[in-house]
Amino acid sequence: MRLALLGGVYSNHHALAATLADLARRGADAALCLGDLGGFGPHPDRSVELLRDAGIPMLRGNYDDSVGHDRGDCACGYTDPRDQHFAQVSYDYTAARTSPDHKAWMRALPEQQRFEVAGRRVLLCHGSPRRVNEFLWDSACSDAFLEWLCDAHAADLIACAHTGIHWHRALPSGRHVVNAGAIGRPANDGRTDVWYALLELDGAVRVGFVPVAYDHEALAREMEAEQLPPEFVETIRTGWWTTCLENLPARERSRGRY
Amino acid sequence: MAVPTPPPTATSCPAPAAPARFPVQPLLHLDALWIQVAGTLCNLACTHCFISCGPGDERHALMGRAEVRARVAEALALGVKEFYFTGGEPFLHPEMEEILEDTLAHGPCTVLTNGTLFTRHRIAELRCVGDGARYSLELRVSLDGLGAAEHDRFRGAGSFARTIEGLRALEEGGLLPIVTLTRTTDEDPLASTKRALEALRALGLTRPRVKTLPLFQLGRESRRTRGYAATETLAGLSCGCFDPTRLQCGSCRAVTARGVYVCPLLVEEPGGRMGDRLAEALGPFELEHGACYTCWVTGMTCANG
Ligand code: SF4
Ligand code: SF4
Ligand SMILES: [Fe+2]
Repeated sequence: MRLALLGGVYSNHHALAATLADLARRGADAALCLGDLGGFGPHPDRSVELLRDAGIPMLRGNYDDSVGHDRGDCACGYTDPRDQHFAQVSYDYTAARTSPDHKAWMRALPEQQRFEVAGRRVLLCHGSPRRVNEFLWDSACSDAFLEWLCDAHAADLIACAHTGIHWHRALPSGRHVVNAGAIGRPANDGRTDVWYALLELDGAVRVGFVPVAYDHEALAREMEAEQLPPEFVETIRTGWWTTCLENLPARERSRGRY
Repeated sequence: MAVPTPPPTATSCPAPAAPARFPVQPLLHLDALWIQVAGTLCNLACTHCFISCGPGDERHALMGRAEVRARVAEALALGVKEFYFTGGEPFLHPEMEEILEDTLAHGPCTVLTNGTLFTRHRIAELRCVGDGARYSLELRVSLDGLGAAEHDRFRGAGSFARTIEGLRALEEGGLLPIVTLTRTTDEDPLASTKRALEALRALGLTRPRVKTLPLFQLGRESRRTRGYAATETLAGLSCGCFDPTRLQCGSCRAVTARGVYVCPLLVEEPGGRMGDRLAEALGPFELEHGACYTCWVTGMTCANG
């Protein structure tokens, strides 16, 4: 079975459309989005419509939960005032432009999903199996901890997103943890591409990450027209994160520019 | 383990029968193992040090490399996520680089330091250890103010200048330190983080990272100012109001050469010690201490995030 996993869309409808086209070309047996439709980009309803029209099942990320319930902020819990400021700008913009129908749809989304493929118990979640807004960074999670997560949540493969940077760990026990990254924001690697995960689940598990090029300049211009922060637009044009940096561990932070 | 769980939808707290009971914190999972590798040995003797560390102080001895390995192995068997090294001053430990290399093979490590002992040579070595590791190496440097006058009144003349020099050298070495700022006034945490980030940029750091921490009325600080008052207590909070995910002792333990403690804050306090080995220290903990009040009110964690 070939399973495509998409991380956060963050209202990047151009990248979402390009990702859907790429998926159609490669052919996957199933595709799922691990949550966080809104935030960051322009015109949130466009992404929701694209995803709903494509019939791609979706988990309820912290962003969807917050926007769906009008909770007032994105629940990322930033303590850096600059990060908090930008997170609030995105949240307010997104919440004000998400239709009531889409909000109701977001509220009804499942927080996790489980299934079995070739004898493997697969668990899909947004942040971590134990908390929707927990950040699982590659350099900050020991093998021992990831093994424990698999034990505690009865899974042989855990897939998550929420951080925006993709990674895969084949654990000593033969189990796997995959972070699908994000298709709405570049991966803080100086490239404008976004990434999604493609998993082969028959026999040995194989995990690949697919870069998707899209019309990032069109998105950047739309963001400018919507008067979204220039810092966000810079990220889209350069591939370097400029905000929401405070939770990055030293390794992931030092790979970036800011 | 028999942990009394609060009713999920308690609407009112019945008046507690005297004496008031304290909430009981279960260990939900061991996320963080705190390793007091330098014991109580420090090159400084800060006037607010909550474990009263200083030069020549061996109340808690240095932990040997083999001893650290054994503790790390115990924690890995429990699924620990990350390790923190403290003292005293960890960089007084003659085997600190080797211990970091050993531990970084198994999980991410953070070292809490006063930042006064960073030579070029040490920074190059740390860079090498960090770059070669699978996991992140974080260096957390303590500041008690954003100028010499404020900081040095706790830490001694000249220490601000040395620490800032250490921070600059770490950044130049690519190590991106986290500054841990003690909130010595009751300024709002967000405002003090903002002020700190601006001040650190003005001091020449280009990518400052800041975490703020409250003061604890423990150790030398309790003698400098005051200890906990009888009213600073969690007694009576035990009904529906208690959230077991709020406090770090729901996800950490601390080890020193003398045993296993509930958290890195209570290593010198009566009742803080829970056993000789981690396996003996996994039970619930009654939050009787005044320091627990600070933790609860501020929602703080000693961990990075
Ligand atoms: S506060 Fe830190 S640097 Fe100061 S004496 Fe205590 S351990 Fe040493
Ligand atoms: S001092 Fe804080 S961390 Fe330690 S036991 Fe009390 S509440 Fe928990
Ligand atoms: Fe998220």
